[in-house]
Amino acid sequence: MSLGSYTARHTQAFLGALGRLARTPLASFLTVLVVALALALPMGLKVLVSNARVATGDFKDAVDISVYLKTNVALTKARQLAASARERPDVANVTLIPADEALEEFRTYSGFGAALEVLRENPLPHVLHVHPTPGASSAAAVESLRRYFAAWPEVDLVQIDSEWVMRFNAILDVLRKVLLLAAALLGLGVLAVVGNTIRLEILNRRAEIEVTKLVGGSNGFVRRPFLYTGLLYGLAGAVLAWGIITATVLVLAGPVSTLAQLYGSQYTLAGLDARDSGILLGSGAVLGWLGAWISASRHLREIEPRA
Amino acid sequence: MIVFDRVAKRYPNGREALAGVTLRVNPGEMVFLTGKSGAGKSTILKLIALLERPTRGTVLVNGKNTSSLKPRHIPAFRRHIGVVFQDHKLLADRPVYDNVALPLVVADTPLREIDKRVRAALDQVGLLGKERMSPLELSVGEQQRVGIARAVVSKPPLLIADEPTGNLDPDLALEVMRLFKRFQEVGVTVVVATHDVHLVREFGQREIVIENGHVRGSGDDDLPSVVARR
Repeated sequence: MSLGSYTARHTQAFLGALGRLARTPLASFLTVLVVALALALPMGLKVLVSNARVATGDFKDAVDISVYLKTNVALTKARQLAASARERPDVANVTLIPADEALEEFRTYSGFGAALEVLRENPLPHVLHVHPTPGASSAAAVESLRRYFAAWPEVDLVQIDSEWVMRFNAILDVLRKVLLLAAALLGLGVLAVVGNTIRLEILNRRAEIEVTKLVGGSNGFVRRPFLYTGLLYGLAGAVLAWGIITATVLVLAGPVSTLAQLYGSQYTLAGLDARDSGILLGSGAVLGWLGAWISASRHLREIEPRA
Repeated sequence: MIVFDRVAKRYPNGREALAGVTLRVNPGEMVFLTGKSGAGKSTILKLIALLERPTRGTVLVNGKNTSSLKPRHIPAFRRHIGVVFQDHKLLADRPVYDNVALPLVVADTPLREIDKRVRAALDQVGLLGKERMSPLELSVGEQQRVGIARAVVSKPPLLIADEPTGNLDPDLALEVMRLFKRFQEVGVTVVVATHDVHLVREFGQREIVIENGHVRGSGDDDLPSVVARR
């Protein structure tokens, strides 16, 4: 068999599959819609998680450790401690806030100025604001820094200021796992939907399959148009899913940027990037093809010509 | 071309269709299988086309033992046999051309070759010019001839037909049989199962009479088993 006739056969099978889908537009559309929803759900979740990650990415640098020294530690000692903290490779910079400055600041901004006059001495300690390097901003690294400072005898309390960011990141990690599970389950769903549609089509075309086998059509030949049908279902479903997600992002973009502006952020909602789009179309095509292959392999074997 | 050596066939429902059939069809020969309906004629044809496999015994077609043929080799095997049915088994949703072209399409024949051969086959059965018609627009006799064109389009060395004249009036039946005779004259081995004894007599070809799953005559009775096993 020449390459030309091979291509011609496949083109023919592809166009035949396309033609059959077009001849039953409503039924085809319903299958495509179910496939699209099954694909859009995990991909939409993925977009949500990515966006949440980008949105909180700004805060990642904001992970700060406040090291409260004991009140009896002198300012010179505090300076020494700040200097030694700076020497750690996982620390980007350290700001020392002397007790006096802190009190001054507190007096100015808190509105308790009058109340503070009553105090005879400064109740505030010296504080080191330790800012880890970006590489050491993970929950585990920050926690080990916290423990390191807590072990110093001059230290009273170590507080991680951005715990909520890490909690949020942990939630995103959970969501990512959920997303993988959802993708796997819904992928199975796509296989089942396409497989069942192909099964019905095989039953409808039983006579044709019998005759084709009778005149010497191999299982591969008989299966070919069904594989293309499955591929088309998967691909069309993926394209529709892409449209659904993109439309959703467009609809939400306005309100989200308004919300972001209220928080003083320039954040804008991101849609599917090229890589996500590729994954979406690719998995749609593969799942459709695979569903058709499983179904066709199972059911075509059962159909043998009868005389 | 075809050798049956003590072939028995029992269907899953328990009916024994053949009980030790031994017969031989030589290359280039035209043979009639006759007998009442249910005698086993159709079963013999099914065993030849590998639509069924024998329960016991050996079926050799074209030198190939059908019992030991692997499933993936069956399609190629069937391409060497043209089959004609009483109900012609045409696909009503496709034009005559596509029906006749099917055996060539499944064999991945180049498109230009397909066109040439389909026209030649339709010409042989006298239906040239009706390529674009639906089988449903044709008369019963014409439909049967489309079925024959489909059976011979890939020029198989063996042509088998199960009651090809069953639905036809005597004139059309004679015409169809003459068509088969013409294929035999150009070297095709032809096996026709029919209960129309008068028609068979008219052609004077060898007649294998099947009765209750046995060969009653002219099955080349003296066929030695050694030859059959070859």
